[in-house]
Parts: sequence; structure tokens; C-alpha cells
Amino acid sequence: MSTFEPKIVAFCCEQSGLPAAEMAKTLKLKMPDNLELVPVPCSGRIETLYLLKALESGADGVVVFACYEENCKYLQGNVRLKSRVGYAKQIMTKIGLEQERLEIFHVATNSGVKFSEFLLQKADQLRPLGPNLGKIA
Amino acid sequence: MIKAEQKPFEEILEYLAPYNKILLSGCGACVTVCHAGGEKDGALLASALRMARQKIGKPLEIIESTPARQCEPEFAQELSDTIGLVEAVLSVSCGIGVQTLARLFPAMQIFPGVNTLFMGETVEHGVWEERCQACGDCILEKTAGICPIARCAKQLLNGPCGGSSNGKCEIKRETDCAWQLIFDRSKALGQLHRLTEIIPAKQWGVQSRDSGPRRIVREDLKV
Amino acid sequence: MKSGSNLEKVFVNGHFAVTSELGPPKGNDVSVIKRKVDFLRGYVDAVNVTDNQTAIVRMSSIATSALAVQMGIEPIMQMVTRDRNRIAMQSDLFGATALGIKNIICLTGDHHTFGNQVNAKNVHDLDSVQLINMVKTMRDEKTLMGGEEKIEGDIDMFIGGAANPFADPFEFRALRTAKKAAAGVDFIQTQCIYDMERFKEWMKMIRDLGVHEKVHIMAGITPLKSAGMARYMAKNVAGITIPDALIDRMAKAAKGADEGIKICIEQIQEVQEIEGVHGVHIMAIEWEHMIGKITEMAGLLPRPKVE
Repeated sequence: MSTFEPKIVAFCCEQSGLPAAEMAKTLKLKMPDNLELVPVPCSGRIETLYLLKALESGADGVVVFACYEENCKYLQGNVRLKSRVGYAKQIMTKIGLEQERLEIFHVATNSGVKFSEFLLQKADQLRPLGPNLGKIA
Repeated sequence: MIKAEQKPFEEILEYLAPYNKILLSGCGACVTVCHAGGEKDGALLASALRMARQKIGKPLEIIESTPARQCEPEFAQELSDTIGLVEAVLSVSCGIGVQTLARLFPAMQIFPGVNTLFMGETVEHGVWEERCQACGDCILEKTAGICPIARCAKQLLNGPCGGSSNGKCEIKRETDCAWQLIFDRSKALGQLHRLTEIIPAKQWGVQSRDSGPRRIVREDLKV
Repeated sequence: MKSGSNLEKVFVNGHFAVTSELGPPKGNDVSVIKRKVDFLRGYVDAVNVTDNQTAIVRMSSIATSALAVQMGIEPIMQMVTRDRNRIAMQSDLFGATALGIKNIICLTGDHHTFGNQVNAKNVHDLDSVQLINMVKTMRDEKTLMGGEEKIEGDIDMFIGGAANPFADPFEFRALRTAKKAAAGVDFIQTQCIYDMERFKEWMKMIRDLGVHEKVHIMAGITPLKSAGMARYMAKNVAGITIPDALIDRMAKAAKGADEGIKICIEQIQEVQEIEGVHGVHIMAIEWEHMIGKITEMAGLLPRPKVE
């Protein structure tokens, strides 16, 4: 049996993703084993480069927890993020990395349950794909 | 400024196939502005290249460096130490920067990572359009500040042609007809009568590249 | 006389001129040219020989024009600035006049990306206005462009140009034709007319500028074959406008082709009444065999014999 547990890097917007993570922790909800949270002041702060670098430096999957589209505190931050994720996915196609390894998930501050559920589903989705062969660990 | 676009990823991978350690050299000027190859976009390309090569079991070591202007020897020379450590260079500066490196480092293979496309303007963030073709004899004074050499597909000096329709060019419907723009602006400036003057044929051979690569010499500046 | 061509003499003698168009073959099949010449001979005063029209490679207009002369019909050699620089064009003018070609029409040409050699290098050394001026210089100053080099022989050409009253900006179109007149053009052929009102407006502007007294204007007419053709042209060809009323008329007709000819005759008769219009240029695209019938029905036959 394979013991591969996908490493997930989750960028968490401090306005939505991070409070949701806190809530999941308070409620003692189950989370994937190999998880790293990266707080950001706004999902719009995430540059395309960070998404690629996360994969390059060891992530098997990258997730961005961002506010719902009309709810961005900084107005267009999550809209910019969407374009950048789109661009990163184009690059991933050229490298030959599966599209499932990068995804945006929209949450609000009280989405503790959704937070943990999504991460568990993502881990399930990534497990059969195996490790990210592009990583330089 | 000069506008460029990154070359297809597959083409770059092909250039780098024989090498295991390269320098990726960006440029802090034009290609940074049009997001083809400055520090950030160079880093993105480097990350993608590393992962692509890792995947096929042929790791590629990339040193990243971005001189302020790759076409200036004083700045390009800053790369000399790093050049000694690598097998080849991928330059994401415009074609000029690539050639400057080729001249300064004759024993080093220099590959172009972008296609240099045109001299142009930023229309809006993320959109750039051609505005000048360096014809060597600027006639913008006659054409209300709009260049027909760069912006008219037929380079008419006494346009518009019969294919100008609703202000758009018949070649590409998204492109503005340069002569419609010249007409509108001349009218706004009260200068419409100037467009009835015939602009004579251009001296392509003397001022433009049709007589080979051009050169400017300022004796007062030479040391 | 500028060149003493048949077309020039027809104008000078005050007759209403008739010209048409001949597209050379996509190869060197001379029988194609002969067939088209046979359809046109006797029904027109001269015929335009197109120059790689729509940037599709065809037999050169100089070669086809020379063959036309041999076949007994007077050509108007089209020359576009798209494919040749000033060296080639002046050289072709030496050759054309030596081969008995006496009329030229100077155009910029359709952009090469429309044709079948899209990766060609675009030339456009000159534009149509500069080309007209170049031919005039060769004819009247007897020198090459630049005025320095003397020409051995006489380059006697009757110089034509094109005008499009239906392109934009409308306000400038007549002024541009005036520019061509100032550059030395002798006659002008317009793009095909469907919007008669707009053409009449343009002619008024031409008259106000006095251009009709310096230059012979020929109205361009293209017979419609079907409502489908009308809709296609209206949608796809830049610089052609077709009023809805005309498209409806074609759509409602029992036989589109017959209605198209009827409209064509009406248009010819209407333009003959407009002051300043000295002729018609009938472009029967891939319908050359109808020219005889059209000119007959429009009362344009027989063509005048001029000395």
C-alpha cells in the first residue's frame, strides 16, 4: 500500500480563509495530514510566481482560500487572483502538471466546516495522482 | 518602448535540452514593462523550466539575474562572473540585449527567450500596440501626431484607402484606420487643409534600414 | 493628347465612355484571356486588366495587357503599389509603353493578407497618389522620379486612378480625389455604386471642388446576380454599401439575375444624367459575357469610332 500523503499548501486570505481555518481548529474538525497554511492579507497579494514556487518547492497541490467575488475588502483582489490562477494553470499545462493541483475555493469567515471538507476532498483527489513530479525537494 | 512576447515554452525547452546549468538573464527596462522578461517574469519562466526538466528526470539548474539594461555593456558586464559558472545563457531581454551579450561573451551560447515584436505604447495595463517603425524621418508633424507608417497596414502617406470603413481597417476589424484618426485629429486641430497637401514618396534607402543597419555617431560624446 | 489612346479620344470627343474589367488567369492559359476579350470586343472603349487583384497571384497585368493589344482590344493596365518598388514600376512603364499599352490605372492594391501568399513581404514603396505623380513626371518631364535621370523615349500614358465615395471618412473622400487630380490623374473610376444618393452627394462635392473639369469621372457599376451576392458583398467587402431596399428588390424578384441586370441598366441611365460623370465602368465579375447584352440594353451601342 502506498504511504503517499499529498502535501497541500493552502494560501489563506486573512479576511476569510484564516478565520475559517481558526473555526475548523476550534471545532476540532479533521484536516489532511500534510497541510501547510500560508496567511496573506488579501488573496490579491498572491503573485502568479508564489503559486508556481509552492509547487516547485514541494507542494503536490495548491489551494487558495479567497473571499466570495463581491466580498473582497480590497475590491478587486480576488478578481486579480482569478486571472493569475488562470495564467498559472496555462503554465502548468505546458509543464505537464495536472489542473487539479491548483484550485481556488471561496469562503467566508464562518465557513469552518466547508474549509475542512474541501481540504479533505482535495487530498482524496490528489492521492491517486501521485506526487507532483516537478517538485525539486 | 520595445515590446516583446515570451517564446513558446516548447521552443525554449528545445534550446536548453543539451544543458544542465544555465543563466537566465532578464532586463529591467522594456521587457519588464511589457511583462515578457524582467525579474518577475524571468522568475516565473525559471520556475516552470525547472519543474518541466525535473519531471523528465533531467534537472536544470538556473541562476537568475536581471541587469538594469541588458543592451548597455556596463550593465551587461555585471554578468561576467556568473557567466563563468554556466554552460549557456537564456536571455529574456529583447533582441538587442541578446546581441549585446553575444558580443561581450563570444565563447558563450546565448539563446533568445522572447520574440521582439515592435515599438509601442501601453494602451491599457496588459495591452500594448505598435506605434513606431523607426523609419528615420519622422513626419508626425504632418499627420497630427499619428504615424501612418506604423499604424497603416499599407503605409500610405496620402490615405485613407478605399477599405477604411467606420473608422476601422479592412485588414483587421479591431484595428483603427490610422487615416481616420489622422483626419479626426486634424479636424479637431483646425488643420484639415494640411491633408490636401501631397506628401511625397519616402526616402526609404537613405534614412531607413533599407540601406543596412544604421548608426549614429556623436563625436562630442566619444572619449 | 496625353497618349492618344482610344479611351482618351472618346473622352476628348465628348462621348460617354464605357469600360469594363478583365481578370487575368491564375496561370499562363492564354485561351482564358482570349475568351474574355471575345466577350468584350466592340462593346467597350477600353478594358481594365487587373493586377493580382485581392493579392491572388495571376498572370501579370503588363503581360495580359500586351496580349490584349495583340488580340485587338485596348487595355487599361492596372498597377498596384503593393508588390513593386519604384525601380520595378518605372521599368514596367518603359516596357508597357513599348508594348503598345496606352492607359494605366494607379492603385494601392488590396492588402496581401487577403490573397494566397500571405507571408510575402509587403512593398508599398509608394502609395497611389505618389504613383500617379510618378507616371505624370515620366510622361511630362521625361525623367524618372526625382527629376534627374532622363528617359530615352516617350512614356505616353493616359493616367487613371480610383475613388471610393462609399468608404470613410465621407467628408474627406472628394478631397482625396482632388489630391489625385493635383498629382496628375486624367480619369477616375469609382467603386461600384448601389447607394445612388451617396454617390450624388459625392459628385456634388467633386463639382464644388472643380475636380470634374480637370478629370473624367467614370461611375462604377456592378450587376448583382442574386440577393445572396448582394448580402455577401454588403457584409464582407469593405467600402461597399448596399441599401436594404435594393437587397429586398433582389430577394423578391422571380429571377434574381434578370432583376440584377434591370437594376444595372437603370443605374447606367441614372448616372448619365449626373453632371460631371463622363462614363461608366461596368465590372461584371465572372459575368463578362453579359457586357454585350448590358451595353445593348442600356443604349450604349455602337461604341464610337474616334480618330
